[in-house]
Amino acid sequence: MSAGVELDHITVRFGQFTAVDEATLDIKGGEFFSFLGPSGCGKTTILRTVSGFLDPSQGKVRIGGQDMAGFGPNKRPTALIFQNLALFPLMTVADNITYGLRVRGVDKAERMKKAGELLELIALPGQGQKLVSELSGGQRQRVAIARALAVQPKVLLLDEPLSALDLKLRQHMRNELRAIQKQVGITFIYITHDQGEALTMSDRIAVMSDGVIQQVSDGKTVYDEPDTAFVASFVGENNAFAGTVIKADKSGAVVETAFGRLRGRNPKGLKSGDKAIIFVRPESLKPGKHAADTTLASEVTSVAFEGNVTHVYLKGLGKKEIILTVGRHGGVKIPEQGAKTAIGYDADMGIVLPDGKMARE
Amino acid sequence: MSSRFLVFVIPLVVILVFWLMAKREQGQSHDPTRKGFFERNGTVLGLVFIGLVAFWTLFLVVLPYLYMAVESFHPKLVPAKRGGPEDVLTIAQYKSFFVEPSSGDWNTTHLWAFGYTIVISIIITALNFAISYPLAYYMAQAGTLQKVRLLMLALIVPYWVNEILRAFSLRLLLASKGLINQALMGIGITDGPIDFLGNNTGLFVGLSYAYLLIMVFPLYNAIESLDKNQIEAARDLGAPWWKIHRDVVIPYAKPGIASGCTMVFMLSAGSLAAPQFLGGPRTLWFTSIVYDFFFQAFNWPRGAAYAFILLAACIAFVMLMLRLFKVSLGETIR
Amino acid sequence: MTSRFVMKGMIGFYIFLFFLYLFGPLAVMSVTAFNTPAYPQAIPFESFTLEWFVKLWNHRAMMEGLRNSFIIGLGVVALSVPVGLAAAIIMNQIYHRARGMFYLVTVSPVLTPGVIIGISTVIFWKDVLGATEFTKEYFYKGIILSIFGQSSFVAAYCLLIIMARLQRFDRAQEEAALDLGATNPQVFWHILLPFLKPALISAAVIAFLTSFENYNTTTFAILADKTLVTVLAGEVRQGTTPALSALAVIIIGISLAGAIIYEVMKRREEQAAARLSERARIAERSEIVPAPV
Repeated sequence: MSAGVELDHITVRFGQFTAVDEATLDIKGGEFFSFLGPSGCGKTTILRTVSGFLDPSQGKVRIGGQDMAGFGPNKRPTALIFQNLALFPLMTVADNITYGLRVRGVDKAERMKKAGELLELIALPGQGQKLVSELSGGQRQRVAIARALAVQPKVLLLDEPLSALDLKLRQHMRNELRAIQKQVGITFIYITHDQGEALTMSDRIAVMSDGVIQQVSDGKTVYDEPDTAFVASFVGENNAFAGTVIKADKSGAVVETAFGRLRGRNPKGLKSGDKAIIFVRPESLKPGKHAADTTLASEVTSVAFEGNVTHVYLKGLGKKEIILTVGRHGGVKIPEQGAKTAIGYDADMGIVLPDGKMARE
Repeated sequence: MSSRFLVFVIPLVVILVFWLMAKREQGQSHDPTRKGFFERNGTVLGLVFIGLVAFWTLFLVVLPYLYMAVESFHPKLVPAKRGGPEDVLTIAQYKSFFVEPSSGDWNTTHLWAFGYTIVISIIITALNFAISYPLAYYMAQAGTLQKVRLLMLALIVPYWVNEILRAFSLRLLLASKGLINQALMGIGITDGPIDFLGNNTGLFVGLSYAYLLIMVFPLYNAIESLDKNQIEAARDLGAPWWKIHRDVVIPYAKPGIASGCTMVFMLSAGSLAAPQFLGGPRTLWFTSIVYDFFFQAFNWPRGAAYAFILLAACIAFVMLMLRLFKVSLGETIR
Repeated sequence: MTSRFVMKGMIGFYIFLFFLYLFGPLAVMSVTAFNTPAYPQAIPFESFTLEWFVKLWNHRAMMEGLRNSFIIGLGVVALSVPVGLAAAIIMNQIYHRARGMFYLVTVSPVLTPGVIIGISTVIFWKDVLGATEFTKEYFYKGIILSIFGQSSFVAAYCLLIIMARLQRFDRAQEEAALDLGATNPQVFWHILLPFLKPALISAAVIAFLTSFENYNTTTFAILADKTLVTVLAGEVRQGTTPALSALAVIIIGISLAGAIIYEVMKRREEQAAARLSERARIAERSEIVPAPV
């Protein structure tokens, strides 16, 4: 029942502004696929193009191999879950859920039967006669999902549907969404600016910035092997040290930075003289002169205990802030505020990427 | 006669121009969110919407105005001669407003009536503003919710008693045998009845009374949305009450004031009931003159010309209010 | 403290005067409806009578006028509400540059004195409907012209009322319905129209009442026919009779009843809404995180 979605060189322009630039992607049937990026990166535009509310300026959208040009949103095998859910406030829960069946001419008895089944699925049995305004935020969320599933779409599109919920519920709904997706087995395309959501739920993630798809991979690859400076800085916390490559080979590169000469892996094959940024995750940094093979001098500005981890904020040579994160049971002695300490990392934990735009400067 | 039907062409040209403009705008901005009108509403519904609005704007608004304008540039003729050789374009009807055609003298009666109507309407507008502002302010800012609802209810009920009956009720009070004269004579202030209707007191009270609520509601709506904290802040800073109104409330309520004043002026200047039922025998209200051209002199072209002069005065007043209060038409009429 | 007290007293006195001005004349008129003298008088109150109500009931012209007023009122509702709805929808979707012009044309009748609307309606339709014998015979009628004349500005009121609600419409609702497979007309009938229902009802009520009490436009457009208000005007011009007071008492009574019913309905609605949101709050608090499906 699921179908793949192909984006074939999709470009969307609004007047002079290019919202999506040459996006090409192949989303497999039954996949949980996320678009991750800051607001204004073009991810919602892609979603609206797939659902048929927008026509691309160039390029093609194919669903299940079929070109969707000329098909309006009501003719596509997709269902969209809106950011504000867009439940119909004047209809009961059951009427909301079965609206798609009503416009398809399904008779009332059949609709009520279907509503009962779907209410079971979303754990709201027997609540079909309530009005939407009687429900809690989480319940409304589930009604919106049921309403979309009722029309048996081949692709379910979700536009940041969890953003209105509080933190606890949001985390719970991630598991629930994933479980529903496993159960119904259709393609989910999920839009979010929350990397936690994208990383926990998705089979694959497309990271977007300024209308351009930066990287398409599974969550672990996006986190460990970012393709661009933007991806490295947007997904998870990261320390960035900008500079120039002074020595490079297949296995690694040395970058001359304001903090000294730092070593890291060189997956993009940068050459000596290239402008580069070396990224080191906070959890890869360790305090102490002999902790690792690459070290730099620094001073602790503050220490923040967060339960399972402790963040140590340092400044290196009076420059930029560095974050170092220590796990609870690492057996590592946490330096105190004001202490001058060397910090280090193992060279294969650093990654050297071409200079480029970062997520937050 | 056929020349009159030329007015049908004008709106069609305007529509064509707008349609072309829309096409051009559509061509310029490649905005993929912009769905076509029929695409968004469906063909049948789209046609129904356009048909209804076209009938309204063309046949109920634009064409009658234009047609009346054309009529006012024609001579008065018996029906048989309309469309004949004597049916030519002329400004005689407008000229007759200034110069009486029969004698060649200045038409002082009509000029005076026009000036009188405008001046009195402006005075009534100012008076109603002064009466209504405190109540509107009290309801919008000071009153509790329960009280405001009760006051609203009390305002709405007399609003739906029609103009004629309200004029009638005032006549019962102000007539020579009316309650007020009874009272005045009973106390001994006057020996004989005062002719309130003959000296135009009745007219003024009637106009003010008829359009009082037209002023209250827009004022209330405008002041109601003003943040109470702004007034509190001004009060904390030690501003006296009249300064709070001058510097905070009135500038904020400008659209409502413009709206109320425009409506009251327009209704007063165009009032028919108050001058007919509360005016004295010598009262000359401009609308009464227009009325007489239609129902007594049967001089439609001249009546149309006079109606146009009144319309022009109203438009001028609207423009003046918009300029004075620096608000747009859209803010005023909501 | 004393100045505050004086201020309060002054405000109270002012409100008293305001409502005395508003209700005094109506109250005096109402009393005359139940007093016996043929010239309407409140004081001295000679003796209680209902004969003026009987006179009113037997007033043939007035009853005919009442019937016409009803027909015209319903006609105005039937024409103005759909027109106002269509205009609001077009106003919402129209291209920016045309919007200003469209707005000007549609609200101009609100700012035009009623006599001018009446006159232009008669002058225009006399020639248009008089162009053929058939239309002259069957359509050049006071009732039809009154509906046209009144609708020209009543439709603008309807437009403004409906627009105000339409602007609060969430486009996502429309898109959600489309996405679920609804056609454009289905979106209109299932989603938009129910959303606009309260505004449509208010527009219809306002349209009917405005039509019913209109004088300035109708006195021209009604031609040789009569409505309740034009009959009333004729009666007032001729003289004064307590039968008119009796009519006023009836109208005041109906308005009062209407206003109270409206208020009661509104309170009920608010209570119902409060109950629903209270239930939502309870559901929110007891949001048990259910086991994953």
